[in-house]
Amino acid sequence: MSANSAFNEEKGGSSNVGEPEYGHDPASGGIFSSDYKRHDDLKEMLDSNKDSLKLEAMKRIVAMIARGKNASDLFPAVVKNVACKNIEVKKLVYVYLVRYAEEQQDLALLSISTFQRGLKDPNQLIRASALRVLSSIRVTIIVPIMMLAIKEAASDMSPYVRKTAAHAIPKLYSLDPDQKDCLIEVIEKLLADKTTLVAGSVVMAFEEVCPERIDLIHKNYRKLCNLLIDVEEWGQVVIINMLTRYARTQFLNPNMNESLLEEGGGEKAFYGSDGDDDEEEDKDEKDKKKAEAPSVVKRKPYVMDPDHRLLLRNTKPLLQSRNAAVVMAVAQLYFHLAPKAEVGVIAKALVRLMRSHSEVQYVVLQNVATMSIKRRGMFEPYLKSFYIRSTDPTQIKVLKLEVLTNLANETNISTILREFQTYIKSMDKDFVAATIQAIGRCATNIGEVRDTCLNGLVQLLSNRDELVVAESVVVIKKLLQMQPEQHSDIIKHMAKLTDNIQVPMARASILWLIGEYCEHVPKIAPDVLRKMAKTFTNEEDIVKLQIINLAAKLYLTNSKQTKLLTQYVLNLAKYDQNYDIRDRARFIRQLIVPTDKSGALSKYAKKLFLALKPAPVLESPFKDRDHFQLGSLSHLLNAKAGGYQELPDWPEAAPDPSVRNVEVKESVPEWTKCSSREKRKEKKVEKPFYSDSEGESGPTESADSDTASDSESGSEESGSGSESEESDQQSESGSEEDEEEEERKKKKEKIKDIFPLNISVCLADHAIFPLPVSTNQTITPSGNLKTYELLHRITGEGLSVEYCFSRQPFSPDPHMVAVQIQFTNSAASEAKNLHIEDAKLQSGMRMKEFPEIGHHRCTLPAGETVSVVMGIDFCDSTQAANFQLCTHTRKFFVSIQPPVGELMMPIFMTENEFKKEQGQLMGMNEITEKVTLGEKCHGEHAVIQRVTTAANLSRVPCGSDKECRFAGKTVTSGSLVLVSVVTKDNGAAQVTVNCEKMVIGTMLVKDILQTLTQ
Amino acid sequence: MIHSLFLVNPSGDIFLEKHWKSVVSRSVCDYFLEAREKALDPEDVPPVISTPHHYLISIYRDKLFFLSVIQTEVPPLFVIEFLHRVAEMIQDYFGECSETVIKDNVVMVYELLEEMLDNGFPLATESNVLKEMIRPPTILRSVVNTLTGSSNVGDKLPTGQLSTIPWRRAGVKYTNNEAYFDVVEEIDAILDRTGTTVFAEIQGVVEACVKLSGMPDLTLSFMNPRLLDDVSFHPCVRYKRWESERVLSFIPPDGNFTLMTYHVNAQNLVAIPVYVKHSINFFESGSGGRLDLTVGPKQTMGKTVEGVLVTVHMPKTVLSVSLNATQGSYTYDNATKVLVWDIGKLNPQKLPNLRGSLSLQTGAPKPEENPSLNIDLKIQQLAISGLKVNRLDMFGEKYKPFKGVKYITKAGKFQVRM
Repeated sequence: MSANSAFNEEKGGSSNVGEPEYGHDPASGGIFSSDYKRHDDLKEMLDSNKDSLKLEAMKRIVAMIARGKNASDLFPAVVKNVACKNIEVKKLVYVYLVRYAEEQQDLALLSISTFQRGLKDPNQLIRASALRVLSSIRVTIIVPIMMLAIKEAASDMSPYVRKTAAHAIPKLYSLDPDQKDCLIEVIEKLLADKTTLVAGSVVMAFEEVCPERIDLIHKNYRKLCNLLIDVEEWGQVVIINMLTRYARTQFLNPNMNESLLEEGGGEKAFYGSDGDDDEEEDKDEKDKKKAEAPSVVKRKPYVMDPDHRLLLRNTKPLLQSRNAAVVMAVAQLYFHLAPKAEVGVIAKALVRLMRSHSEVQYVVLQNVATMSIKRRGMFEPYLKSFYIRSTDPTQIKVLKLEVLTNLANETNISTILREFQTYIKSMDKDFVAATIQAIGRCATNIGEVRDTCLNGLVQLLSNRDELVVAESVVVIKKLLQMQPEQHSDIIKHMAKLTDNIQVPMARASILWLIGEYCEHVPKIAPDVLRKMAKTFTNEEDIVKLQIINLAAKLYLTNSKQTKLLTQYVLNLAKYDQNYDIRDRARFIRQLIVPTDKSGALSKYAKKLFLALKPAPVLESPFKDRDHFQLGSLSHLLNAKAGGYQELPDWPEAAPDPSVRNVEVKESVPEWTKCSSREKRKEKKVEKPFYSDSEGESGPTESADSDTASDSESGSEESGSGSESEESDQQSESGSEEDEEEEERKKKKEKIKDIFPLNISVCLADHAIFPLPVSTNQTITPSGNLKTYELLHRITGEGLSVEYCFSRQPFSPDPHMVAVQIQFTNSAASEAKNLHIEDAKLQSGMRMKEFPEIGHHRCTLPAGETVSVVMGIDFCDSTQAANFQLCTHTRKFFVSIQPPVGELMMPIFMTENEFKKEQGQLMGMNEITEKVTLGEKCHGEHAVIQRVTTAANLSRVPCGSDKECRFAGKTVTSGSLVLVSVVTKDNGAAQVTVNCEKMVIGTMLVKDILQTLTQ
Repeated sequence: MIHSLFLVNPSGDIFLEKHWKSVVSRSVCDYFLEAREKALDPEDVPPVISTPHHYLISIYRDKLFFLSVIQTEVPPLFVIEFLHRVAEMIQDYFGECSETVIKDNVVMVYELLEEMLDNGFPLATESNVLKEMIRPPTILRSVVNTLTGSSNVGDKLPTGQLSTIPWRRAGVKYTNNEAYFDVVEEIDAILDRTGTTVFAEIQGVVEACVKLSGMPDLTLSFMNPRLLDDVSFHPCVRYKRWESERVLSFIPPDGNFTLMTYHVNAQNLVAIPVYVKHSINFFESGSGGRLDLTVGPKQTMGKTVEGVLVTVHMPKTVLSVSLNATQGSYTYDNATKVLVWDIGKLNPQKLPNLRGSLSLQTGAPKPEENPSLNIDLKIQQLAISGLKVNRLDMFGEKYKPFKGVKYITKAGKFQVRM
C-alpha cells in the first residue's frame, strides 16, 4: 500500500473500493452477496502480515462506522488485531471494539486479556487507554474485571490514569447499578486526590453516581475551592455546579438580614406590577419566606461562614474565563449564593457573552431573562446592550425583548418605548407581534405610560398587516380590562374591525370585549351579534364560543333586542360538530332562558356572567423559573430533565461547619489559603521540571526508588491536627511568606502525586541508598546528597546508622527539616524496636520522630537495611539535636548537626522579584566576599552545582551569564536567603548573600566560599 | 453528558456520526430536521430541542449543523461551547471546516473526536495536546510516513496533559523566534435615521501569533490599561498579575491564539468613523421607489477608511433595482433581497454615492417598513479606542525574539436604521 497518511488513504479508499459504500446500505437485502465479497476483501487485508494493509483496512472500516454504515460482520477479523504492534492500527481496533462490543459480546471477550495486560504496562498512556477501552466495552460479564481495574487504577501513580479511572466510574455504573456501593468507595478515594487533573473528572463521576452523598464533599470542600482555578475548564463547570448545591445545604442564606428589614415594608408589589416598586423591593419572595423562620427565632446578625466566603472569592476570577460555560456557572453560583450586594459583578460578564455565537447568546439571554426579574438593577446599566438589530435571529430578538421588558421602569420607559417603536416597523412579523406583547406588558406594569401605550396600539389597528392588528387587539383587550369606562370609543373602534379582521384570536378578543362591556356600547353590541350570527357556522371554535358568550351576556342585559338572536345562535350551536360548543350551548340555555324546570342557578345567571373580572396580569414567562438552577438544561426547558438535581432551599440553621475541617495537618493551611494566579504562575515555572523528570525517570523505576516521599506520605497521614488552627489564621493575612510556603507545598504535592505509593511500602526492607532525588533535580542538580554518620558500626554493635538531609519538604510539618536516616544491621542478630528517646533539644527546637521500626514487623533482620525520615525543627540555627537511639537492647547517644545550607529550602522567583527583594535586604543584611575560584570551578555550570550542593537553594533566572542567582528561605522562620555569585574572566568572583538572619548569612557565605575555592 | 454527535449538512444529510456511549439511532435527528424545516433561516433553529427520550443541542457553524444528543441534565452552554471547540479543532487541523474537508479526513476526525471526549466528558480539548496525540496532516509528513511506515498517532502521553499549563507543549524549537500581536477593535453601533448614535461600544481582541522556543514567560503591558473595562483571558494569563499591576503576564501557547478579549469603558464616547446620508422612498402607487445613499468619513483620526461595504436588506416586495454607483460596484440578490454595495477605499474629496430606482412587485402594497443598512469597514494602524501596547518583555529564555504589534479597527455589528 502506497499511502499511509490519512489524507491519501481516504481519497484512495473511497475512489477504489470504498465506492459501493456510498451507494448501498449493507443492511438492504438485495446486494448481500456483493456486500460479503467486499468485506471478504477487508478481511483478507486484516489477516495479512503487513501492518500497512491492516491499517488501510481499519481506516476503511472506521470510515464506514463514521458514516453510520454497519460493519459488525467484520468483528472476528478485527478483534484478532487487538494486540497488533502498530499503535495506529491498535487505536483503530479500539475504536471499532468500543462501537461493536455490545452487539458481539462473546467475541469481545477475546480481547479482554489484551487490555488486562495493558493495565500493567509501564507506559501511562497505554495503561490509561487500556482502562478506557475496557470500561467502554458494554459487556455485563466483565463487570467484576472492570471493577478491579478501576480500583487499581484509582491508586495508580499517574494522575492521568487516575483521571481515566474517574471517567470509568460512571460507565460501570450505567452498566451495572448494583456496583454503586463499591464505586462510591472509589469516588471517595479519588475525591481526596489532590491533583487538578483528577478533580473535575471525579466530581463528574460523583454527580452521576451518588449526587445525594453530599457528605463525601465535606472533607474535600476547601480543597476543591482552592484547586478550582487550576482545574481544566470543563471540570470547573461541573465542580462549580456541584458546589452551588453543596453550599445551599451547608450555609445560611446571606440575604436573610435584608429580608428581615423588608418585612416592615409589608407585602407590596407581589406581582411587581405596581409602577413604583423599585428594584430593592421586588425582592425574592421565596427567600423571604424561607428567611423569616430563622430570623424570627434567632434575630442575631448574620455572619457569613468563612467557607461560604471562600467559595465566592475563589470563583470570582473565573468570570474572566474564555469559556462561556464557566462564566455561566460562576454567574449562577453568584445568583444563587451571593449576598445581594455582590451579585452585580456577574452582569458585566454575562453581557460580554452576548457578543459570542448566537447559540451562546440564546442560552445566556434565557438566564438573563430569569435573573432580570429578581435583580433588575443589576442589568439596568447594560440596557442598551440588549437593543435589537435587524440581523439578529428571531429567537434572539424575542429574548432580548423579554429582557428589555423586564428592565423597564419609570425612568427608562420612554427610551424603551422609543426603541419598541422602531421594532414595530421590522419586517420580521413574529418579532413585531412579540414587540406588541411587550408594549402591553410595559403598559400594565408601569401606570404612567398606560395611556401612551394604548394610543400607540390603537394606531396599530390600522396597520396593513393583519398579524400586527390581531396582536394589537389581543393586547388592547387586556389593557382595557384595567379601566374600561374611559375607553368606550376604543371599544367602538374595535367593534368595527370585526368586519375585516380574520385572525380568530383577535375576533374572539373583540367579541369578548364587547360582551363584557356591552353596557358601554349599548347600541353597537346587538348589531355585532347580528353579524356574527350570520357567519356563525364559518367561524373557528374559539370565535364560536365567544359568540355564544356574547349572546348570553346580551340576553341578560338587553333581552328585548337580542332574545331571538340568542336563540338562533344557541340553536346553531346545538348542532355544531364540536362537543365543546354543543355543551356550552346546552349549559347556557339552561342557565339563562327561564323555564319551569330551570334550576336554582338561573337566578344567579347575571352574577355569573357579568361578575367583575380581575384585570389579567401580564407576567413574564420567566417568572419563578429560578427554582431551577440557572444555567441548567432544566431551566432552559422550564421542565425537569432526567438526572436534574434540585437546588435545595437554604437550611434554617447552619449544619455543623466543623465537618469541613481536615485533620491532616498540612492540608489545612494549604486549602484555606486563597488560591491565586500568582501561585499558579510560580507553579508554572516549576511544573515543567516535574513533568520533565517524570518523563525521564519513568514511572516504573520511581515505583521502588522514592522511599523518601513514601515515608513522607506515610507519616503525613498519621500526623495530628494540632497545627491546623494556627495556620488557618495565618493564612488570612496572606503575607508573602504564605505565598512561598504555599508554593513549596504545592511542589511537595506534586512529588507526592507522582509517587503516591502506599504507606505499607514505606518501611520496606530493601531501601535504596543514597536516595535518588529524581523529582528534585532542579533544586539539587548535583543529585547526590552528602551522608553523615550517626552511629558507627562498631559503636553500635553491628547497627550502623547514617543520615542525610533529603531536601524533601517534610510533609507533617513544613517547619521541620527532613532528615533521612538509614539503619543497616550488620550484626548477626536482629535489631528490634528501633526508636528515639530522650531528645535533648535547645529551647524552641522540635523533633518529629519516625514511626517505630518493627512495629509491624518486629525486627530489622540481620544484614538488612531500612531507611526512615524524621523531621527536626532546628529553629534556624546550627545547634545540634541530641537524642538517644534505642533498640530493644541498647541505647546510643547520638546527635545531628545540620550544615547551614540545609536549614533552608528553595523557592522560585523571577528575576524581577529577586531584584526587588534584594533591594530590601541591604546594609547589615548583606554580606559580600571576594573569592578566587578553584581550578575546577570555572564556568557557570560548576558554580551552580557547587552552590546548590552547599545549600538547598534554587536557581533564579538571570539575563547575564556572568552572574548566578539563587533563592531560598529558612525552614523555620521563612526568612529569605538570596545568593548571587558574579564571576569575572580572570577567575575571580564575588559572592553576595542577603539574609535577614545575619548569623545564617555569615555562615552561608563561609560555606559557599569554601566550596567555590576547592 | 454528551451522548452522540451528528454532523448534518444544509440539505439535511447526516454525513458523520460518533457515539461516546451506546449507539443512538440516527432517526433521533428527525426531530431536528423537522425544526430545521420550520425555521426560515438556519440561524432560527432552536439550539435546544426536547424529544421524548433525548435532548438535542445543536450549533450552526460554517454552514454545517453540529448536533449533539443528550440524555440527562447538563448545562447547555457546556455542550454548545464544546461543539464550537470541535468546529475550531477541525478548522485548526485542516485549515477549514467544511463538509468536503471532513469527508476527506473522516478517519482522522473520528479519531480526534474519540480523544476529545471520554464517556461524553471532555478529555482533551487543548489543540496542542491533540496535536501531539494525532499529528495534523502535512504533505511532508504523508510522504515520510509512506516511506518509513511511521504513523500519525503519538504513543507518548502528551506533556500538556499532565502539566498545569496544558496549552503549551515542551520542547518547542524555532530558528526564528517571533511574537506578533494584533490588536483588533470592532465598533458595534446602532445609528438612528438622523445619524444619532443610539448605542455604540468597542469590543477588542488581542490575537497573538507566538513562535518562541522553550518556555518563554511573556509580559505585555499597555500604555493606557484603564481604558479596558471588561476583559476575558486565555487560561494562560495570570489573573492576579492583571488585578494588581494591569499587565498581561503569561506563558504563551505555541502558535496562534486569542490572548484576551476586552470591552472598552462605556463612559468613553465612541468615535464613529463614517456617516451615511440616505433616503429611500416608495411611491404611493406602489409601483416603485427611489434610493439614494452617500457614505462619507466622520471621525477617522486622520486614517483612511478601507474595505467599506454597505449591505441593505430590502423589503420582500422589491423585485429589482436599477442603480448607479459613482464608486465601487453593487449586486442585488433577488432571492434573499439583499443589496450589497462594495465601495472599497473612502475618498474624502469625492464621496461615493449610489442612487437609482427600485421596482416593486406589481399590485403589492407600499412597504411600510424601511430597511436597515449594515456597514463593514476597516481602518489599518488604528485602535479606535486609543489603546496602545507599551512593551513586551520576555523572561525565562535567553534569545532575543522578534516582536511586533499591529492595530486594526473594524466595524462589528454596525447598523444604520433608515
